[in-house]
Amino acid sequence: MIRSLIRGFSSLWLTFSCLVLGCVIVFWGTLAQVQMGLYRAQEEIFRSLFIYWHPAGFPWKIPVFPGGYLIGGLLLINLLVAHVRYYRPGKGKIGIVLVHLGIVLLLAGQMLTDGLSVESVMHLRLGQTRDYSESERQSELAIVDVTDPKVEKVVAIPTQFLSRHPIFQPSGLPFQVRIAAYRANSEVSIQPARGFEPVQATPGFGGDLWWRDTPSETAMDKTDVPSALVDIRTGSGSLGTFFVSEYFDKPQAFAWQGRSYELFLRARRYYLPFSLKLLEFRHDRYPGTDIPKNFSSRVRLECPASGENREVLIYMNNPLRYDGATFYQASFDPDDQGSVLQVVRNPGWLTPYFACALVGVGLIVQFLIHLIPFLKERAAHETSH
Amino acid sequence: MKPRIEKAVPWLCVAGFAIWLLSACLPSPETGFHFRAFGSLPVLMDGRFQPLDSVARNALLQMRSKQTVLLDDGRPESATQWLLATLAAPESADSQKIFRVNNGEVLALLRLPETREYFSYNDIQPQASQLFAQAGRIEGIENSRRTVFESQLMKLANAINLYEQLELSLKPPRTGDFAAELASYTKSIRPGMIAMDDRAAGRSYDTNALGLFLGFLAGYDTMARYSPLSPIPPADNLVPRDEWQSVGTNLMLMAGGGQLNPATAAYATMVTAYRANDPARFNQAVDGYRAWLAGRYPHEISLANQEFVFNSIQPFYLATLIYIAALLLAFLSWFHGTGWLRRSAFFLVILAWVIHSFGLVFRMHLEGRPPVTNLYSSAVFIGWGAVVLGMILEKIHKDGVGCVVASLVGFVTLIIAHNLALGGDTMEMMRAVLNTNFWLSTHVITVTLGYASTFVAGLLAIIYILRGLLTSGLNPGSARALARMVYGVVCFATLFSFLGTVLGGIWADQSWGRFWGWDPKENGALLIVLWNAAILHARWGGLVRERGLMILAVIGNIITSWSWFGVNMLGIGLHSYGFTNAAFQWLLIFVGSQMAIILLALIPVKNWRSFNPNKV
Repeated sequence: MIRSLIRGFSSLWLTFSCLVLGCVIVFWGTLAQVQMGLYRAQEEIFRSLFIYWHPAGFPWKIPVFPGGYLIGGLLLINLLVAHVRYYRPGKGKIGIVLVHLGIVLLLAGQMLTDGLSVESVMHLRLGQTRDYSESERQSELAIVDVTDPKVEKVVAIPTQFLSRHPIFQPSGLPFQVRIAAYRANSEVSIQPARGFEPVQATPGFGGDLWWRDTPSETAMDKTDVPSALVDIRTGSGSLGTFFVSEYFDKPQAFAWQGRSYELFLRARRYYLPFSLKLLEFRHDRYPGTDIPKNFSSRVRLECPASGENREVLIYMNNPLRYDGATFYQASFDPDDQGSVLQVVRNPGWLTPYFACALVGVGLIVQFLIHLIPFLKERAAHETSH
Repeated sequence: MKPRIEKAVPWLCVAGFAIWLLSACLPSPETGFHFRAFGSLPVLMDGRFQPLDSVARNALLQMRSKQTVLLDDGRPESATQWLLATLAAPESADSQKIFRVNNGEVLALLRLPETREYFSYNDIQPQASQLFAQAGRIEGIENSRRTVFESQLMKLANAINLYEQLELSLKPPRTGDFAAELASYTKSIRPGMIAMDDRAAGRSYDTNALGLFLGFLAGYDTMARYSPLSPIPPADNLVPRDEWQSVGTNLMLMAGGGQLNPATAAYATMVTAYRANDPARFNQAVDGYRAWLAGRYPHEISLANQEFVFNSIQPFYLATLIYIAALLLAFLSWFHGTGWLRRSAFFLVILAWVIHSFGLVFRMHLEGRPPVTNLYSSAVFIGWGAVVLGMILEKIHKDGVGCVVASLVGFVTLIIAHNLALGGDTMEMMRAVLNTNFWLSTHVITVTLGYASTFVAGLLAIIYILRGLLTSGLNPGSARALARMVYGVVCFATLFSFLGTVLGGIWADQSWGRFWGWDPKENGALLIVLWNAAILHARWGGLVRERGLMILAVIGNIITSWSWFGVNMLGIGLHSYGFTNAAFQWLLIFVGSQMAIILLALIPVKNWRSFNPNKV
């Protein structure tokens, strides 16, 4: 039984089948992007064990084809088992071993990236300094203690917890936060309209607004805009129900026991131990046209901990790598007065480089191992004629 | 034939073609107007400096799919000659049949006879309002959702638009003697400005002076608005040297106190001399301007001169013709087993490749870029790489197969390139993210070589299948040789496509922060890697023998063509009502032909002429 399993898992038939199936799903996934958008196609076809068919009108889904994780996983097992079973030391196979080692590293690195990398953006207007980046897809409920104008104390609750946990007792705060209502994607109106209900907020702004639920966005370039009603409860009763939404830039303010607080629903922030200030943004065009030639941001990097204070130029194909994060020139404001940097934290970012080197060396070695004897044989053949 | 003659024939072939090439490249001296000197004047258009000749050729490619014009009496006219007429004497150019319209619905809309294919601006003008009304509607439709009628109409509307803009590029509308007008305009500026100030201050003013001045400005404003050309270089060092202006802008700025730019004066004289049919004055103005440019803009004028030479030699066109000759000889050598035919074919392939390489390097020099920068140059480079592989195979195996592969792929890819060039300027500027020579020269080159070698493997497989099935010429020895070639080339293809794909991932990591994003173009490259790996594993595992290997390699052709072209057309065919895009049709035809070959290969071996002893 085990022997036949090993034979099955190490067979080249399995390799061939997986590679062919891989071709099929890559093709499928590319075409599917046209209909369902890049993000969903990735989730359903490449980052899944099975590709499911959802029959219209039925609650269940039927697996119809192996997904990317299943095929990739099988290939990985196949590779490892085959090497354990067939590997004999000898110089004839060294190239193949290197190639496969590189591929294992590449696949593993990509899984690491899928699981661990965090992407966010930093939007800087000219002259602005920021020490945090913001998520494009996730939001948070932030309670900021602003009593001391020099130091902001922030407690943030990611919004995915809001629908499940109605009451929070944030550590270090002398009150409870109760979520009276939460809408993961919402619309807010300043006048009554069909399907909208009045916002039941007492203090602060928002009492004269209407809001309603909307389905989650699937398109790549659109994101959900959450809103919530938040009740701040102290030992001696409620301070009121506040309306917060990502539609507003302005926080709701309240005071308790001599301290001032602000309440936000905002894009999730990732604070950095250093800050960037946008000194200059350039959008160069080819002469006489609107074809962009280059985008670049000149920023001042200040890190209090290390005492670093220097200017950095970030431009296309030339990111800034600092403290485990990488800052890329991603976008800009329509008036050319602001720059958007993509911030990526990916602990596995080096694996493709190593993998590429391993496979490249392996392929060249193997190619030469075959080519040299062939050419020698050829030469011998010719001299014998 | 005697051995000595057999040895000489290949050399004679090469010598014959070389003489023909030289005669094609050496220009005959020009009498009358010096069109070549005019055609190599540099102008700024679409963000790059180019000779007027390139402007003319690219415009004609968009209008009539050819780089020359046929006069009514059947004589050909050079692109530059046509452009000069359009710029300087639009009223005569308007009757030249330079717009190609061959869509029945477009012809019907414009009330043009279906019996003709080429029409003049005057033919189309009466129905222009119809044309632009339709174009305005179609503009809002996504490119991939347009019907054949809509995209053909849009193409014509764009061509007419470009033509009308070119007519406003060098000469104000309705002006006859531009040189004389320039003199009166210069004189009218001061009185005109004074009259304008007086009027603004509510004083009495000279209405004649103002009317004359504003009349000039109205024409120049139209030119400044529409001219796609910027032929006027900065006359002083106060502005950056690449901020060239259109003639209209330059004349408008003169009103604000600017000096008359020598370039503007020179072009005005050229216009007047051309219209007066005065070659001596025209040539003098061109030469004078060239001398002025050479002192101040030596780099621009030298690049323009070189691009003019490149345009007139047309190395890729010459190479195409020699590849065809080589292909015919190589085919003949299979049926007539003499060595001199095969060697002649091989020599011609080398000659064609040398010209192909010359063109490739010349383009790189002109652009200051690595060889592959867009779809057009990828076709040229895929051909180049495949020819190298073919020559290596021929050198090793000496059986004509390498020659056939090299000349066929060289010829077909250059034809594809020619058709891709119909879209406009092939040396367009690179958008910001692509504006990096390092990644263009590593990732793009390796991935393109991967494409080229996969195609070579597929073509070798087709040769195996067709020769084996239809002729008795494929003996076990040559079959084995072909199988070894396919295997070797697939190994090579795997190496390059894998390295190219991973380098692409690293580029993406450098510019967007992700190694892999499942972008269609990335997926296309990954498909080729996976497929080549599948072929190798199938062979190593003994899952396929010779014939199976060949079938898999032919499937490689389908996959590569999809990765090369298909991913660029995503959306076409999925949304639109018909397969509107001509390139998409060709892709379908190609895929269909490959499927047919696979079906042929599935015919049992006992029915193959080569492997059946009874049928020999």
